[in-house]
Amino acid sequence: MSVTETATATLDADLAALEAESIEIIRETAAGFRNPVMLYSIGKDSSVMLHLAMKAFYPAKPPFPLMHVDTGWKFREMIRFRDETVKRLGLDLIVRHNAEAAARGVNPFDYGASTYTQVMKTETLKAGLDELGFDAAFGGARRDEEKSRAKERVFSVRTAGHGWDPKAQRPEIWNLFNTRLAPGQTMRVFPLSNWTEADIWNYIARETIPVVPLYFAKERPVVERGGQLLMVDDNRLPLNPGEVPQLRKVRFRTLGCYPLTAAIESEAETLEAVLAEMRASRMSERQGRLIDHDDAAAMEKKKREGYF
Amino acid sequence: MNAMSMTSSRSLLRLLTCGSVDDGKSTLIGRLLFDTDNIPDDQRAALERDSRKYGTDGANIDYALLVDGLEAEREQGITIDVAYRFMATKRRKFIIADTPGHEQYTRNMATGASTAQLAILLVDASQGLLTQTRRHAFIADLLGIRHIVLAVNKIDLIDFDQARFDAIADEFRALATRFHFETITPIPLSARHGDNVVHRSARMPWHGGPTLLEHLETIEPGGTSTGPFRFPVQWVNRPDADFRGYAGTLAGGEVRPGDEVVVAASGQLTRIARIVTADGDRPAARAGEAVTLTLADEVDLSRGDVLASPGARPDVADQFAADLVWMGEAPLLAGRPYIVKLGTATVSGVVSRIKHKVNVNNFDELAADSLTLNEVGSVNVALATPVAFDPYTLNPRTGAFILIDRMTNATIAAGMIRHPLRRASNIHRQALTIDRTAREALNGHRPAILWFTGLSGSGKSTIANALETRLHLLGAHTYLLDGDNVRHGLNRDLGFTDTDRVENIRRVAEVAKLFADAGMIVLVSFISPFRAERNMARELVEPGLFHEVFVDTPIAVCRQRDPKGLYRKADAGEIRNFTGIDSPYEPPEAPEFHLRTTTAEPDALAESLLAALRPQLGLGL
Repeated sequence: MSVTETATATLDADLAALEAESIEIIRETAAGFRNPVMLYSIGKDSSVMLHLAMKAFYPAKPPFPLMHVDTGWKFREMIRFRDETVKRLGLDLIVRHNAEAAARGVNPFDYGASTYTQVMKTETLKAGLDELGFDAAFGGARRDEEKSRAKERVFSVRTAGHGWDPKAQRPEIWNLFNTRLAPGQTMRVFPLSNWTEADIWNYIARETIPVVPLYFAKERPVVERGGQLLMVDDNRLPLNPGEVPQLRKVRFRTLGCYPLTAAIESEAETLEAVLAEMRASRMSERQGRLIDHDDAAAMEKKKREGYF
Repeated sequence: MNAMSMTSSRSLLRLLTCGSVDDGKSTLIGRLLFDTDNIPDDQRAALERDSRKYGTDGANIDYALLVDGLEAEREQGITIDVAYRFMATKRRKFIIADTPGHEQYTRNMATGASTAQLAILLVDASQGLLTQTRRHAFIADLLGIRHIVLAVNKIDLIDFDQARFDAIADEFRALATRFHFETITPIPLSARHGDNVVHRSARMPWHGGPTLLEHLETIEPGGTSTGPFRFPVQWVNRPDADFRGYAGTLAGGEVRPGDEVVVAASGQLTRIARIVTADGDRPAARAGEAVTLTLADEVDLSRGDVLASPGARPDVADQFAADLVWMGEAPLLAGRPYIVKLGTATVSGVVSRIKHKVNVNNFDELAADSLTLNEVGSVNVALATPVAFDPYTLNPRTGAFILIDRMTNATIAAGMIRHPLRRASNIHRQALTIDRTAREALNGHRPAILWFTGLSGSGKSTIANALETRLHLLGAHTYLLDGDNVRHGLNRDLGFTDTDRVENIRRVAEVAKLFADAGMIVLVSFISPFRAERNMARELVEPGLFHEVFVDTPIAVCRQRDPKGLYRKADAGEIRNFTGIDSPYEPPEAPEFHLRTTTAEPDALAESLLAALRPQLGLGL
């Protein structure tokens, strides 16, 4: 074997092992809980997680629905992609949206990223889980994303109020996952815990998994604020005096609400180019997430409050 | 994951760092990530900010802050919980579990060790080996880790002194002779200054061994032998009436369509029909792969059952001996019912006996009537129903279990099975062909006790089954008392010592007598090696009712058949008190029937028995 062939074989073996581990986790959740749901956020990690769920139960469909928490500020291309995906795979999708708060005028500009996220995302998610009686919810989070995630279990218990108590986590030994819950508790399950960003993209390439086109570079209307490039996805983005959207060739490393997700300038129009760019990158992927920047323990705080 | 790892994955290395608090574990991981360029620029900037706020190294970068992710950890400057970090170099991918050093977090260290192939055991060069070093070496060994890096850190504090480094390495090697490590690699290094972590240190020219990274990049942890085929059923996949698949992850061995497999607990045999995946049917599947199997026959199979290779079956027992790492806040109480999760099976169980606990600091075995948080002990476990398993050292995926508290639902212990307890082991149930309702008709014949005796594998149960089937077709009311089945219930408290074998036969004889009193034809199929007990059984009932059937098969033939793989185990010394090998068999002197199985098929022998018995039983022609 040539050096390249050896590297390809090794990559395949690593991805195959990650795939098997995730499928085992997804099946264990289906077997261990009364009413699981898969939180589907439309991004690349969700795309991989959904693909794994389809594989886990083939030839059957996954025995749980998808749920998307729609803040009302997602990129339009994300919503289009979401609806196409659900139709293509023939799955049930639950969409939760806090219409009351939106009517009150809660938006990412007038309320600040923190409050907005709490109300439109975290509270909406918690209400959705409670009202529909889900006892387990899959999330696509990975341990390599952020330091407090690195400490989280694959099966992570949430208190009755969906809070996370990092100091009272159950030991998680071998692959023997404890799926038991006290009344009121729920479980968050992270099948992609041991995947890295590179694994995700390599797997998307290997399996030819469709992803939102926003991950690929294209000329898009953006404004530059505080060194960050924000895409003007619709006319709700208030422009500062004198600010004029410019067409720049950009793409996104992560996807969220468009006013809170910064683009990067890029020429990577294809999957191969994205992979090459990621390998050469000096920045972490969450660098484009405006909500993580508050302080060193920002994510841990959000998670304690019930954020995914 | 140590022996649980995917053998196909030669690249990925899972490791953990352990060692005493303040030995510099988090600093070492931070240094590794930093020097291998695994820290993105924005995280590097955050690290510099955090170092000024929380750092313990003055104005310098505190690498530990890269991994201590919880606010409480950053405030207290210690690691509380296991953190998983990911590192990639050109040569290999790594998953690193960073585990706490404090004694009160021993359970977290065991958690990290459960999925690791290699442990980096840190030692502070200026302190030498500490009790925590010993404890972590013990836990790593207990959890099955076979490769140790002895990272002698803070080598700058002892002026890069080779003699002191060698002394520490020698002391550790001496200590480790009691363990099962395959490699021990001592490396002198400074995590804080980076010596011999990624870059070779110019300050220790005497060190001829590898740097830490060189070693981690090149070590081959070895595909642990995954042993014979094991498939714990995780999920039954039934999308419609036409498809019935069993989803799960192979816990051992390989499987191909057409292979004969056995449902371990029930003894039902079938064959693999297909290996189904979303990417198409597969010609084979190996340990570690998540697949869906379909079977050639309809068998009774659900989550928690184990499909296995019939020639190399797992133990099926309701009692076993095990090592426990106690992780619960409340102490272990013998006799209290806990939930046992073993593979995909979840059953109720108790710790029936605490044999001893281990002082993990000096390895002394101490008498104990309880285990408290972070204590390690050797116990017996009794389950409400038998499950299939292997010893942990043979297959960690089928030999590991956890205990869950029924009230709090907390995971309170990690368990590693040593061996089944004799009284329940190696008893593989026979699949019976006649059910109870079929026997509930009116009597039309005389009762009898047909007592089949012979070596294991001689064909007793096969012939008795064949005879019972024929009797049933004639409308006779029958019941088969099988050695294996009775030992699972009535006689579950008995082992295989001579004393227990006697009591075993006494009880079976009494039960046979009750059935005979009820008017039934009782077929008893027991090895029953001793003449005295068979005579005792005969004398319990009125003359003429008892018929001794000697199933005469030479031991060489039994050994060759070995339908349950027991002779192989006995020959390997895994089973003791095995009849015909290290426990005697006394052949009957004057049996009513003497069946030689080497010259006739079981069906023919059953026919001739039936022909001889029919007049006595009053069964019409």
